Amino acid sequence: MIARLLEGMPRAAAVLLALLFALMAAAPLFAGDYLLTVLILILYFAYVGQAWNIMMGFAGQLSLGHALYVGLGAYTAAALFVHFGIGPWIGLAAAVPLCALVGAFVGFLAFRFRVAGVYFAILTIAVAEFARVGFDHLDWTRGSAGLFLPVAQYARNDLWHLRGHPVMFYYILLSATAIAGLGCRALLRSRVGYFWLAIREDEEAARALGIDTFRYKMVAVVISAAMTAFAGVIYAFYYNNLFPEQVFHISRSIEIILGPIVGGIGTLFGPILGAFVLTGLAEMLTGALAALGIDIPGAKQVFYGICLLAVIVALPEGIWPWLSRRLGLGSDKP
Amino acid sequence: MSALLAIDGVSKRFRGLLAVDRVSLAVPEGAIVAVIGPNGAGKTTLFNMIAGVHAPDTGTIRFAGRRIDGLPPDQICRQGIGRTFQIVRPFPALTVEDNVMVGALLHRRQAPQARLRAHEVLRWLDLYDKRAQRAATLTLPDRKRLEVARALATDPRLLLLDEVMAGLRPTETDRMVAVLKQLNQASGLTIVLIEHVMRAVMALAARILVLHHGAAIAEGAPEEVVRHPAVIHSYLGAEDVA
Repeated sequence: MIARLLEGMPRAAAVLLALLFALMAAAPLFAGDYLLTVLILILYFAYVGQAWNIMMGFAGQLSLGHALYVGLGAYTAAALFVHFGIGPWIGLAAAVPLCALVGAFVGFLAFRFRVAGVYFAILTIAVAEFARVGFDHLDWTRGSAGLFLPVAQYARNDLWHLRGHPVMFYYILLSATAIAGLGCRALLRSRVGYFWLAIREDEEAARALGIDTFRYKMVAVVISAAMTAFAGVIYAFYYNNLFPEQVFHISRSIEIILGPIVGGIGTLFGPILGAFVLTGLAEMLTGALAALGIDIPGAKQVFYGICLLAVIVALPEGIWPWLSRRLGLGSDKP
Repeated sequence: MSALLAIDGVSKRFRGLLAVDRVSLAVPEGAIVAVIGPNGAGKTTLFNMIAGVHAPDTGTIRFAGRRIDGLPPDQICRQGIGRTFQIVRPFPALTVEDNVMVGALLHRRQAPQARLRAHEVLRWLDLYDKRAQRAATLTLPDRKRLEVARALATDPRLLLLDEVMAGLRPTETDRMVAVLKQLNQASGLTIVLIEHVMRAVMALAARILVLHHGAAIAEGAPEEVVRHPAVIHSYLGAEDVA
């Protein structure tokens, strides 16, 4: 199975990937609590970055509102848990179809009425903002006061209810990131993947080759939204509190897309690399500033801005295409 | 009417300009027909109506007996009409092979089968050795060939070629002509081409339709058409006839 999923990958790339995965799998053995939370953050962004990359990197549809699906997924699972005691995995089974449906709605509105490019991006922002304001006033989820999950000290990790030590979340996110990576690779090498790239490159030419562009753009949005829903569920049960102003905020959406941009939009490893680089460096910066006793509010945002600028100027395709060439891996599709 | 493509009295008006004026054309299965005419004669507009980019204002277009006028481009392609664009539109960031793969996947579910088809088509068009290059790095003649390869990969019954010889050197033109002739003879591929390169038109086409100001001013065998007074007057000019 794994062998089939890795088929056609340069040997060096497969070895490096296996090493990275082994290192990540062993990390909780030697990582302290702080490093573990940083790694969790990295994996979270690696996962949602890949989900976003399906829409933008593969199918060329720019979403600036992916916080919508994180928030919807988070609120769905959390509300079901708080109100009915329904566990997160069943909550996930509700959150995924809901986000898929909302994604389909956004996609339908846009693609049916030919809202494209910048206007599509604005539409995705608008829907996310709509959700933010809506949830601010939705009593069922406690509105702007925030929804809190009951927290207690747990003697052992309860995987079924997602209550327990961060290590549990770490391994869940590591698995999700790895599965997402293999899934994206399989998608990209399949019929739908080729059609997405064609749409991204030149939609009119894609249509002239018989591709039902509406349908395949819808598929991209729905898969991306459904994948992001999972990140939302994990977010809710990891942080245990949800505020509309936080989860649906546009800065959350922007955070999601920074990783793929820095790592390489449309590449398979770019979103993962980008998450490591951005989150890793930002946390190192925060740590260094704290050690020096300097407190600069917004230092992280400024740092993100500098990273973004540097990448856009020096490596407009992102770090991964450049790095993979340097490593002699040739293709930017490992 | 047993024509594979039957165009009957189609017109298209853009604002005040009548781009195509009641043009009719019947293309039998296995034929090669050229559409010629000066710039702005309405050739590409006619193509765009066949390919579904524009719906005709009047008239009908039938393909294999079925009405196709007004259908969107993707549906028309799925029915078996492949087209190239006059201004080439490769997928620039994709390799030559992946460009052609997109076309080959239209009627093939699995990538490996599509790859076989893509390789076959790339060999016909002399692009096989360049298959790993990004399309953006190709020269214009190669991009023209890639357009043809991509359209061919969709297994069309009818191929619409919009000035694919433009910019090719004479030897390259001859090569393209040979490839198209071979495809036509071996698989019965029907071809309608817009072309300014008369060397290619005369070598390929069994029939020629001449458009001028949107209207068909002559139609017939190449030898007849190039001697037609209206054609000489409007388009070819005296020295080209000889």
